[in-house]
Amino acid sequence: MTSQPGDRASQSADIIDATGIRTRVRDFLKEHDPTAMDRLDFLRARFDAGLAWVHFPIGLGGLGASRALQEAVVDEFATAGAPENNPRRIGIGLGMAAPTILRHGTNEQRLRYLRPLWTGEEVWCQLFSEPGAGSDLAGLATRAIRDGDVWIVNGQKVWTSMAHEAQRAILVARTDPNVPKHQGLTYFLADMTVPGVEVRPLRQITGEAEFNEVFLTDVRIPDSDRLGDVGDGWRVAQTTLMNERVAIGGGAQPREAGMIGILADTWRSRPEVRTHATHDALLQGWVAAEAGRLFGIRLTQQLAAGQPGPEGSASKIIFARLMQQLTGLEIEMLGEQGLRHDDWTMRRAEAVDFLAKSPSYRFLRSKGTSIEGGTSEILRNIIAERVLGLPTEMRVDKDVAWKDIPR
Amino acid sequence: MTDLLYSDVEDALRASVRSLLTDRSPASLVLKRVETPDAYDTELWHALASDLGVAGLLIPESLGGAGAGAREAAVVLEELGRAVAPVPYLGSAVVATTALLHCGDTELLRALASGTRTAALVIPFTTPSSSELSRSARSLHVTVDGPTGTTITGNVTSVADALPADVLLVPTADGLFAVDARADGVFVTPVVSLDLTRQLADITFDGAVGRRIATGAAATDAVRAALLAGAALLASEQVGIASWCVDTTVDYFKTRYQFGRLIGSYQALKHRVADMWVDLAQARAVARYAADCLATGSDDTSVAAAVAQAFVGPATVRIAEECLQLHGGIGFTWEHPIHLYLKRAKSDSLAYGTAAIHRAALANLVDLPSPAA
Repeated sequence: MTSQPGDRASQSADIIDATGIRTRVRDFLKEHDPTAMDRLDFLRARFDAGLAWVHFPIGLGGLGASRALQEAVVDEFATAGAPENNPRRIGIGLGMAAPTILRHGTNEQRLRYLRPLWTGEEVWCQLFSEPGAGSDLAGLATRAIRDGDVWIVNGQKVWTSMAHEAQRAILVARTDPNVPKHQGLTYFLADMTVPGVEVRPLRQITGEAEFNEVFLTDVRIPDSDRLGDVGDGWRVAQTTLMNERVAIGGGAQPREAGMIGILADTWRSRPEVRTHATHDALLQGWVAAEAGRLFGIRLTQQLAAGQPGPEGSASKIIFARLMQQLTGLEIEMLGEQGLRHDDWTMRRAEAVDFLAKSPSYRFLRSKGTSIEGGTSEILRNIIAERVLGLPTEMRVDKDVAWKDIPR
Repeated sequence: MTDLLYSDVEDALRASVRSLLTDRSPASLVLKRVETPDAYDTELWHALASDLGVAGLLIPESLGGAGAGAREAAVVLEELGRAVAPVPYLGSAVVATTALLHCGDTELLRALASGTRTAALVIPFTTPSSSELSRSARSLHVTVDGPTGTTITGNVTSVADALPADVLLVPTADGLFAVDARADGVFVTPVVSLDLTRQLADITFDGAVGRRIATGAAATDAVRAALLAGAALLASEQVGIASWCVDTTVDYFKTRYQFGRLIGSYQALKHRVADMWVDLAQARAVARYAADCLATGSDDTSVAAAVAQAFVGPATVRIAEECLQLHGGIGFTWEHPIHLYLKRAKSDSLAYGTAAIHRAALANLVDLPSPAA
């Protein structure tokens, strides 16, 4: 019997420590000189050596090691000046598609998709939200109808970042409208380059277009690109969504990283902005940022021991509230200068970079943080229901065939 | 990296403290006790100190202590906060003990480690570690080598955990003194206090004989270290208070019906308790960080303690206030113990300095200077 990727994960997990992992990276770097190799060849070799994401199974870019060891790996490669896989550009793939494919994919799917996903050869986007299905994602209307070995997909998706650059997409579509909404969904790994996929920019309150609308017209998806069982799409999507909230809010940051650092630097370098009222507001913001940072570190430590759970929902609420508090304060602190925006013209946003643009951009963009990836209201429901065990919201659509739900 | 989780040993310690408190100090008994002359529960204290040995967690084994540290003491404080237990743990086993450790007074430390005696630092409960020599210390008059020895005269108000104390540690402009609480010329008067479970005392010294245990900078440093430890670890007591409030609210939401529905099924209420939980989760991380800094002697301890009191204090008050409101009428009764938690939460938010005082301290610590005058 041939061994399968993932089978050996548990065997190696307990034999690698932080020193061992650093040695492995250094040994790899001796064999693969990052300054002499083609970037893509280097990244592929790093993946094949199990040094892409060490907590993934052997054969899938990992070593079946603890997630906590990844930091040492990233550190070693950075020190060596090795090329990186541009994680900001492929964030959806790394943070959402990959854990979902790993957990729910067949071995063929894992082997086909994870390597080009990690190296950045294939950029991924997320075809979940629809104009009629935001918080109520399970009510989505994009239809997939089976035709032999192929599914024919029609519908409209929205709030899709990177769709204009993506080769692949994680897609949830309705395969059975005659059963209650959660039961009629199926999860696909879609090809964004095939006919019938039309991507249009979606302009937002900052003036630019960071997201897209995606129109799907008779798009053909082979059944081999279905992830999980037919009708099991909602359960599969939960893996994606939990990881999304961790990706948006989580992580262990140094003190004064992010928005509070901008405010603190402004305060220190520009005595003319200092007033007594803003001083206390700034210190309140500093304390709130530090509390959020320590919560993030504690959550990261919890994750290192287990899996992302509903507790991750809290980190996104905290982050969103903090961003909105601090960006609003920044404009007040700057006074007249806070009233100047950098650019309202419609353009493609290269990346969401809170720190590189004007205070007014930060103020406006932060309004999205409490909406994207689950509104703060939905997240409070999740905390109340899944963490605290309170009764779930009354569902008038729970036992009704999707096609009969008012919309 | 700083460990913000709880170790297995800490979890085991928590379980034994909780078990003792559940058994010996349920809310119903605490409510009864606060209206008796003995607001402090000395029997409970002896069970904690002797049976569990938690009085000496900060004291080295060579002096009869447990040789543990601030992380373990923080876990004990979480449980004491959860139970609003009327014992002088914070004042004696944390604040006075830290002062004595800095002075190197081994004899007293042995007595405190065993729990046979308790001590209190005689300084108003609201004094922050960032303050210069407190007003109370300056007001005390010390007569060196008088006819009866070195004596102290003067008043100090609003002292925490002094009522059950055997030994009073008295900061003065002439150094730090140990005074026998039962000695002639020492008058400890109970204050009718906002916090019923940590009753304050006003103390008058009228020529009371004191033993000088530190002078000059050593005395100042000892007091400052004691107040810093108090502020850092108080956050864990506050986390205990807040966690009781969240749990109690959630339990109530799962049992109380109105309009034919569990009140925990109303989204307006679910969201409020979710926010309480989010605040608590942050408070816990902040308090663990402060305890860990103290335990490891981190350079960041002053910042960690200031953040702890700037964040956890107000968060705990908010959570306790929400707990009361979300209980409706029953939360406003004397019979329900919520008021004990609200009173402790509010009182604690002033202890060792308010949030605003700690924010002002942070301004200096992290270089965010106040506007030029």
